[in-house]
Amino acid sequence: MNKTVYFGLLFVFLVFLQVFVLNNILFLGYINPYLYIAFVFLYPLKKNRFSFLLLSFALGLSIDFFSDSGGIHAFSLVTISYLRLFFIRVFFNKFEVDYPFFKLNLESFGKKFNYIVTLTVLHHFLLFSFANFSFENISHVILNTLYSSAFTLILYFLSIYIFSKKQ
Amino acid sequence: MQQLIYFFQKFKYFLFFLLLQLIALTLIFNNLNFQNSKYVNSANALTGSLYSKVSDISNYFSLKATNTQLIEENTLLRNFLNQKENTSITVGSIVIDTVKYYQKYTYTSAKIINNSYSKAFNFLTINKGTIAGLSKEMAVVNGKGIIGFTDNLSPNYGRIQSILNKNTKINARLKNGYFGTLQWNGLDYNTVQLIDIPRQAPVKIGDTIETGGKSAIFPEGILIGKVIEINNDNAVDNIINVKLFNDMSVIGPVYVIKNLQKVEIKRLENSGNE
Repeated sequence: MNKTVYFGLLFVFLVFLQVFVLNNILFLGYINPYLYIAFVFLYPLKKNRFSFLLLSFALGLSIDFFSDSGGIHAFSLVTISYLRLFFIRVFFNKFEVDYPFFKLNLESFGKKFNYIVTLTVLHHFLLFSFANFSFENISHVILNTLYSSAFTLILYFLSIYIFSKKQ
Repeated sequence: MQQLIYFFQKFKYFLFFLLLQLIALTLIFNNLNFQNSKYVNSANALTGSLYSKVSDISNYFSLKATNTQLIEENTLLRNFLNQKENTSITVGSIVIDTVKYYQKYTYTSAKIINNSYSKAFNFLTINKGTIAGLSKEMAVVNGKGIIGFTDNLSPNYGRIQSILNKNTKINARLKNGYFGTLQWNGLDYNTVQLIDIPRQAPVKIGDTIETGGKSAIFPEGILIGKVIEINNDNAVDNIINVKLFNDMSVIGPVYVIKNLQKVEIKRLENSGNE
């Protein structure tokens, strides 16, 4: 399939999945997976990052529109989108020349795991800090970050496992 | 000049990133500010219509509970009606309705199409907007108690600031008349906090809390919840925990209350400031 069409469909699918399914899970009253950040992991690395940053912002903002949260999803998603290249350098030791050949699912599981866990926890922490918007219930924020990150990660790895093509 | 261009060349992604973050931060701050929260909200045509389609389906699962709730409320209202008849008969005077006609509130029915209760700043969406005559700062209640007040409206949809929002402050009182302020600490969606109740007020566990009617938004005497915990220590803030009668995680049909004298009240209150 054409790359642009594929990522366009992925964008719409992730928004609807998040807004109409995942936002209603509220396991134990407050634990939610935020699977839309999979967009950051799946979008290919490119030298020109304007389109990617803009798409991340638009994705976050679409979710904000549905969940009445101002711009917290846009803020945290753009942050991890911008920091993505830094963590790719740290965990995979890849530089600009390697970008066209980089495929996340071809890397070893350990490195992949570190990379995805770091970005997920960072995103969730920013998200819940801004959703809370005070230092009052900081323990609540940290617990929520940990639980929801675990939930997101389990869901992400499961869905990648299910939808990946058999070798 | 060349230095400047070089600088932009080198940091163009970082500058773009900063620009996007700045926009997001502006939206976050605006969203928490009641006066400015008009850009990003779920009361626009697209999100509103999508939410109402989805809620049309999911409503079928709660039909039974909704019906029971309506029956309960009807029973309550019929009892009130009977009481009214009794009193007017015992007084034995003729009441000419057209002379005494004096309506202060009108009720509009609406349906919650998007609910949220797990965040620190919760908003709901309803399926009525300015076309149905709604405007900003109108009370939203259901048979069991208060839910919030309208915040942002599009022609067909409205956003409600829930009582489960850390910015919401509502005048509330005990049945015996002592009043305070109702707010929420952002933790448990079943429990809200009543503060500023005078120390001498006799509060007991199980007491009913209702709206105080000292604002132009909420009518007097709408139920809120019952006292479950009293702070007996000599703390500065006299916090009373109130358990809501409403289960905020399952609410369907609501009423939006319009105060017909609100403009008059506001004008009177503001006239002293000039």
